[in-house]
Amino acid sequence: MTTPGVPAVRAAGLHKSFGKVQAVRGLDLTVQQGEVVAFLGPNGAGKTTTIDMILGLSTPDAGEVSIFGHSPRGAISRGQVAAVMQTGGLLRDISARETVQLTAAMFDSARPVDEVLTRAGILDIADRRVEKCSGGQQQRLRFAMALVSDPGLLILDEPTTGMDVAGRRDFWSAIRDDASRGRTVIFATHYLEEADAYADRIVLVRQGTVVADGTAAQIKNLASGRTVRASLPAGDRALLAGLPPADHVEFDGGRVTVRTSDSDSVVRFLLTKTGAHDLEVVANNLEEAFVTLTADEAGTATTPTDSSTPTDPTAPTYTSAPTAMEGERA
Amino acid sequence: MSQSTAMQDRKPSAGGVNKTFLWIEIKRMLRNRRTIVFTVLMPAIFFFIFGLSNKDQQLPNGHSYGQYILISLTVYAAMTAATGAGSQVAVERAQGWSRQLRLTPLLPGAYIAIKAAAALTLSLVAVIAQFVIGAIAGVTMDAQTWLTAGLVAWLGSLVFAALGLFVGYLMPSQNVMQILGPALAILAMLGGLFMPIEIMGDTFGTIAKFTPAYGIGQLARSPITGEFDVLWILNVLVWLAIFVGGAAMAFRRDTSRV
Repeated sequence: MTTPGVPAVRAAGLHKSFGKVQAVRGLDLTVQQGEVVAFLGPNGAGKTTTIDMILGLSTPDAGEVSIFGHSPRGAISRGQVAAVMQTGGLLRDISARETVQLTAAMFDSARPVDEVLTRAGILDIADRRVEKCSGGQQQRLRFAMALVSDPGLLILDEPTTGMDVAGRRDFWSAIRDDASRGRTVIFATHYLEEADAYADRIVLVRQGTVVADGTAAQIKNLASGRTVRASLPAGDRALLAGLPPADHVEFDGGRVTVRTSDSDSVVRFLLTKTGAHDLEVVANNLEEAFVTLTADEAGTATTPTDSSTPTDPTAPTYTSAPTAMEGERA
Repeated sequence: MSQSTAMQDRKPSAGGVNKTFLWIEIKRMLRNRRTIVFTVLMPAIFFFIFGLSNKDQQLPNGHSYGQYILISLTVYAAMTAATGAGSQVAVERAQGWSRQLRLTPLLPGAYIAIKAAAALTLSLVAVIAQFVIGAIAGVTMDAQTWLTAGLVAWLGSLVFAALGLFVGYLMPSQNVMQILGPALAILAMLGGLFMPIEIMGDTFGTIAKFTPAYGIGQLARSPITGEFDVLWILNVLVWLAIFVGGAAMAFRRDTSRV
């Protein structure tokens, strides 16, 4: 058994650059045993880079990773962690069963081959060559391989990319069955609905750092802020510097748009401190808000970022200014 | 928590070298039609082209040409088989399999050992196939000669398994054998496997001595020529060191870069 209380994953201050591109910049993540965590963010947010570092497939430029208190390599040697990667990792010229047999041969104790094939839902196609398997079947084969060592931690990197709706549903039902037995699961995804449906906790990443961390409900509350619009005399624009820095302000002719998680304060401020009139308050829809939370910087010079791990894991943290790029992302 | 996440290290015994792994590797090679073409068919065709028509002739130094060319082509078959087996790492890298293996306790040394064992299995098939073809075609040698020549050709193929690994780790190509195939034919020619070194002329005769197929060929033919030179062993060892060193370097470069 793994030591109780030791986090399944502890990553602190991870940095990784590729040339001039900073893929991960100061990422912290602690996952407790038994959690099912979605690592949610748009493409290019640094999810795969982070996962590679957690698994020891690449070395961070700075920062540290431990899995159940061990180095990544140490945890792999103990069979404590397994991963389902997005693509590759399969030999095309052998059957699904042979692939699992081969994987099992690399561990000193492994689950029976037929058992993992059954749990991954591919026993019926076990003798099919890998090259003849569909994308969804190959993905479930990767899942079967990951189950071979009965790892305490399972990491999935965008596991349903390219699957059709039915394949995606089958895949997640297999994962969910498995997680209900107490396995810690971390999955990267850029599908909001997947994170919402299957994770206990969502870690939102943008530009290589954690921008929000909480339960699905908390993230939804957080993300579903409101938009306040008003007509504003041009001379009053400077006064808006008095708004909290987390609020995002845009001007369009004589109208101002403020995206905020606290619309009451914004309305009060606009009505009492400025000459704003014709106010409208609109709730963002979830999708739009998620995009706002994870959008890339749009020419904003600085982003106040405090990516420290939340001290109270039950409270959502929201540590960065949302910026507007909905139009490009929607 | 997970039912059997033991605290102790779960490295497989012998670092992962085991029968299942080796057996699947061998099955993969035998299923590959291209492998069979390179290891059995091509050397056989060469034997019929170069060897059969004048197998009963004698070389200037009095040796049977049939024996000479059969042993030479057996060395060629074994080296092609071993190189092909080793170079499969290029395909495995391209398919992301090498990366997948890094998520298992398998030790890199064990992987290489399996690859070497698989290469030796394939080159053994090549040696036996070639000898059977030669025997059917009417080449006769005493038991001692069959055995010694066969063993040298077989074990010498390890040098080329290392070459295959080296190139396999260097090149991203799925079709690494399309480059290695012709390269091996040139090395075989320069090393005196397609025609006797004695008839190659001074310049090529000298170059031959420094090429990787030369030492193994000379040693394998030693039972029929009755000659021996310690420089042949040196040739084999130096090339083995070069290819193993190159493979190790390319392997390290491959695993550190992600």
